[in-house]
Amino acid sequence: MIRCNGVGVTGNLLCLFSVMLFTTGCSVESVDNAGGDGGGGAVAPAVGSGVRRIQVDGSSTVAKVAAAVQEEFEGRFADTKVALKVTGSGTGFKEMIAGRIDVANASRGVKESELADCAANGIELLELRIALDGLTVCVNAENDWVEAVTVGQLNRIWAAGSEVKTWKDVDAAWPDEPLALFGPGEESGTFDFFTEEINGEEDSITENYSASADDNVTITGIAGEKGGMGFFGYAYFYANQDKVKALKISATDDPADAVAPTSETVKSGEYAPLSRPLFIYVKKESLKKPEVQDYVRFFLTDGQKMVGDVGYVPLDDAELKTAQEALEAAISEVTAAE
Amino acid sequence: MSISLQETRVSFRQGTDSLLRRRLLHSRVFRVVCLLLTYSSLGILGILMGSVFWSSLSRLAPDFLSNHYSMNPVRCGILAGIWGSFWLVMLTAAFSIPIGVGSAVYLEEMASDTWLVRLIRINLSNLAGVPSIVYGILGLSAFRPLMLSLQTVFDGTRVVNVMGLFRVRILHLEIFDGSVLIGAMTMSLVILPIVIIASQEALRAIPSSIRVASLALGATRWQTIWRQVIPAALPGIATGVILAVSRAIGEAAPIMMIGVLTVASMCPGGIETPLQMLQDPTRLIAVPFDQFTAMPVEIYDWSKQPDPQDRFTAVAAAGIVVLLLVLLLINAAAMIVRARAGRNTQW
Repeated sequence: MIRCNGVGVTGNLLCLFSVMLFTTGCSVESVDNAGGDGGGGAVAPAVGSGVRRIQVDGSSTVAKVAAAVQEEFEGRFADTKVALKVTGSGTGFKEMIAGRIDVANASRGVKESELADCAANGIELLELRIALDGLTVCVNAENDWVEAVTVGQLNRIWAAGSEVKTWKDVDAAWPDEPLALFGPGEESGTFDFFTEEINGEEDSITENYSASADDNVTITGIAGEKGGMGFFGYAYFYANQDKVKALKISATDDPADAVAPTSETVKSGEYAPLSRPLFIYVKKESLKKPEVQDYVRFFLTDGQKMVGDVGYVPLDDAELKTAQEALEAAISEVTAAE
Repeated sequence: MSISLQETRVSFRQGTDSLLRRRLLHSRVFRVVCLLLTYSSLGILGILMGSVFWSSLSRLAPDFLSNHYSMNPVRCGILAGIWGSFWLVMLTAAFSIPIGVGSAVYLEEMASDTWLVRLIRINLSNLAGVPSIVYGILGLSAFRPLMLSLQTVFDGTRVVNVMGLFRVRILHLEIFDGSVLIGAMTMSLVILPIVIIASQEALRAIPSSIRVASLALGATRWQTIWRQVIPAALPGIATGVILAVSRAIGEAAPIMMIGVLTVASMCPGGIETPLQMLQDPTRLIAVPFDQFTAMPVEIYDWSKQPDPQDRFTAVAAAGIVVLLLVLLLINAAAMIVRARAGRNTQW
């Protein structure tokens, strides 16, 4: 076998030199420890784009608003960009706990355990309500036998270990059409809220449903099955009224008490028990950054118009004022601490 | 010769050998079936392309290329996807071409036939068949934590002490989750087997007489490979590399796994026009560590967007047309490279 000798002495020397560098010569120090001539103790500014970033992750329900707000916000504030990821409320809080994001979108309140994890990592949260939503239960647009359901019926369909196979199993008056169930998965705040309200226990749900983190997939599923049924935030129904039909929900056992999800019934709380607030959770530390201040302020002022545009219910003036005051208090708290 | 052939044909037609006639008939039928299959798949492709192009017409305008993502389908554009895909492919090529071609040269030209080398060879074709999402999971669990942990080094407060002689301050970089670099490393894994296999085949096609002649004239093995074998194999290698790169442009699954943006209005490094690269070259340093989105990811997202008037369908179709155009451009580049490289080879 012929060996390649072209590298020669220079190559060997270079090799030796780099090995020396890496084994003995080089050491990485922090500026604070280095002292003296090396560093002045100040942190060098980041090399790069000069574009200010706001990291947002979480609920797909809230993302409907957040995407619209982002567009308007970026148009208004040059050189500020929002990196919006759409995963689920649970994933959003996980990212928040890991300290990777500034704002977590959530369609449910933060859990005790998540708050504890945040505190353990030195992260303080500011909770802001940004809208009201009627969690909407939908069926196929061609479904002509059902207009209203009671919470009891929903529970029989969705409860863990449910034996219900067809619509007839739920109510003898309904046809013998097989039930096909669709909905968000465990990472979703909508899932947590629905299971809590309908099944009485969070995370407890029938095994016979197709879970997807993407609400558009849920809609496609319902639209593709005549006996289909699923649930999601109202904005997804609002954008797909030609494909799916929203059901009236009755909190009692009498279907005559059923209430349809509309902005009025959600606002008044008549649409029970599936009316709920939507939140954004802001990392207090991030409020030191002017771009995050701008973003959250925008959400609570001009952003409220987009809340209505996508189909949710904006906060009323009193609630809005409370939220804005809470925000300003938090901002002055963190900026004063500096 | 030709006369005798024709005579035979005539005798087949007129002959009494029914078996032979049946065989001829079979072969003719088979030929027609093959033709039909070929043209029907071409026809289906044509129909698909035509319908995509047709539904893209309402959104295919110059501002589609210069606008960002929007909830409003009339304003929605693919700018962030184009830049994201561009940087992704550049970095992927930068990783996978040297490693891939180098591995192929080693396996074909240098490695002796040990069990280890045989194992690698066999597994290369298996790796090329692994679904790309699997590499996405690998990128998520291996590259992502690695890159994120680098942030503690590049936080702007550290200096390197070089042998006590002088100190160099380490750049302060913002290393984002789901960065171009993580995407490119993952994508390199996806296309490396393809690059290696294509390069191996190109090298194998070079007649061994070339190598023997070069060695006989006193060239070292290095000189033989670098000056004879690789230039001769270049057209084949380039074709393989460009096919692999085309695959990298079209892949969505592995980069979606590592947490790429979908609702994106930002280009890596904030570079939105080529001019900005010249005006502010420091932005280039930030590019690999920046968040991004890519064309197939955006197209996937648009195709799911609900819209009663199907206006988002038009946006998705326009995205597909742009993606196809980019692919055609790359393939054209491949043809030029092949023609140029082929011209210079003279034996």
